[in-house]
Amino acid sequence: MTDKPKYPAPVTNPETAQFWDSAKQGKFLIKRCKACGEPHYFPRSICPFCFSDKTEWEESKGEGVIYSYSVMRKSPTGPYATAYVTLNEGPTLFTNIVDCDLASLKIGQRVKVVFKPTDGAPLPFFTPA
Amino acid sequence: MTIKNKAYIAGIYEHPTRHAPDKSTAQLHAEVAKGALEDAGLTHADVDGYFCAGDAPGGIWQMSDYLGLNKLRHLDSTETGGCSYIIALGHAAEAIAAGKCSVALITLAGKPRTGPMPPRAYGPEIDFEMAYGPTTHNAYGMCAMRHMHDFGTTSEQLAWVKVAASHHAQYNPHAMLRDVVTVEDVVNSPIISDPLHRLDCCVVSDGGGAVIVTTPEIAKSLKRPLVRLTGHGEAQKGPNGGRKLDLTYSAGVWSGPAAFAEAGITPKDIKYASIYDSFTITVVIQLEDLGFCKKGEGGKFVSDGNLISGVGKLPWNTDGGGLCNNHPINRGGITKIIEAVRQLRGEAHPKVQVPNCDLAVVHGTGGLLGIRHAASTAILERV
Repeated sequence: MTDKPKYPAPVTNPETAQFWDSAKQGKFLIKRCKACGEPHYFPRSICPFCFSDKTEWEESKGEGVIYSYSVMRKSPTGPYATAYVTLNEGPTLFTNIVDCDLASLKIGQRVKVVFKPTDGAPLPFFTPA
Repeated sequence: MTIKNKAYIAGIYEHPTRHAPDKSTAQLHAEVAKGALEDAGLTHADVDGYFCAGDAPGGIWQMSDYLGLNKLRHLDSTETGGCSYIIALGHAAEAIAAGKCSVALITLAGKPRTGPMPPRAYGPEIDFEMAYGPTTHNAYGMCAMRHMHDFGTTSEQLAWVKVAASHHAQYNPHAMLRDVVTVEDVVNSPIISDPLHRLDCCVVSDGGGAVIVTTPEIAKSLKRPLVRLTGHGEAQKGPNGGRKLDLTYSAGVWSGPAAFAEAGITPKDIKYASIYDSFTITVVIQLEDLGFCKKGEGGKFVSDGNLISGVGKLPWNTDGGGLCNNHPINRGGITKIIEAVRQLRGEAHPKVQVPNCDLAVVHGTGGLLGIRHAASTAILERV
């Protein structure tokens, strides 16, 4: 991977600022609702499941498995893999699988978070564990 | 309160163009509106309800002024991508049933082949999705990949959807792709985004379409065959905070049963189906969600020509659909309504006309099936 893609910097907003501030320290955060106990992603201030405002940041281990993926071949910047990854904590999130042989990806494969730099906060991606 | 039998589709028009460098997008909206009103035997002075979506240049007040619709009592610009127009059909029926309008016009038009597509509008998910390059191809690819994983669906099974579309398109002089293709042609075409091949994807075309919805009284005063709406449903589905994500079903699991229940029928009663075919996998998942077969058996259901009119058990998209005929502004909703009305009127091409076609389903999704989308289902009946 000599020709690294340039990723856009997150815009961020007051609701998600903590997520991006933690990303700068290499921490991957999810949100958990203290009222219903459910974790969610991407982070909201009000729980999308029970609508409680008692949501708290929680550091995720950043580990999970590929739920599904697709290798996008028709791309001016070269092939890339979009995927859904189910975190150990429960939530499934949309991402890219990077730094690997895209032809070897499999549903159920274990992956872990890896941050990539931007002109702003780093972005979380996933790579085979 | 129900919309059952309270609204009729009196006019339809599909623009014959598939490439329109010599026309403006607004002009295409006007041309399809004019065509549908003439088909109905009405004039634009009769229109008192207008429905358009994200493809309408500027939005609904700009378009209604441009079109000279000066008697509007009801305006609705619900934007749900390619199924906006099927949702509009239900909303028009609701407005008509409530006495809020009596002649509703629905338009769609655009020129993705000859002009830039408007940028995708992102919401609060922007920082958590945009950088990863979601496109229609990979969003639907992820659905197909999981459907194959969970149910053993194959590329050959998906290919049958395209084969059926091509069999119908050969009889449509306006279709973009009129060559009949084989399963081998589809699976040997290049992969665009795994596991979807180029021939698993619909066409990109300029064009448009329009529909006129009206009261039973007005419809019966006109000279066209009578087609009425007997049931309608709409729903949405997204990643839902990441909880229990399942890409193998769509919001059609809610919109479909709602529409069938309102109409008081079951999928077994349906003679013809217009189902949005943005990709082959879209059709397989929708057939399952609507109840034409069990979840996971859609691949088997579409195989062996089962969607080909005169051959299989469910005649489907007899105009060639989005896969072969037309996909104006990357939105397939309105052409699905139009071909269903042709079938119910007995005005489809004789080679694909379903005999005694008196009951049809129109169904579509909008947005990205693998990310967030809406779905809408309508049941139409010839009176």
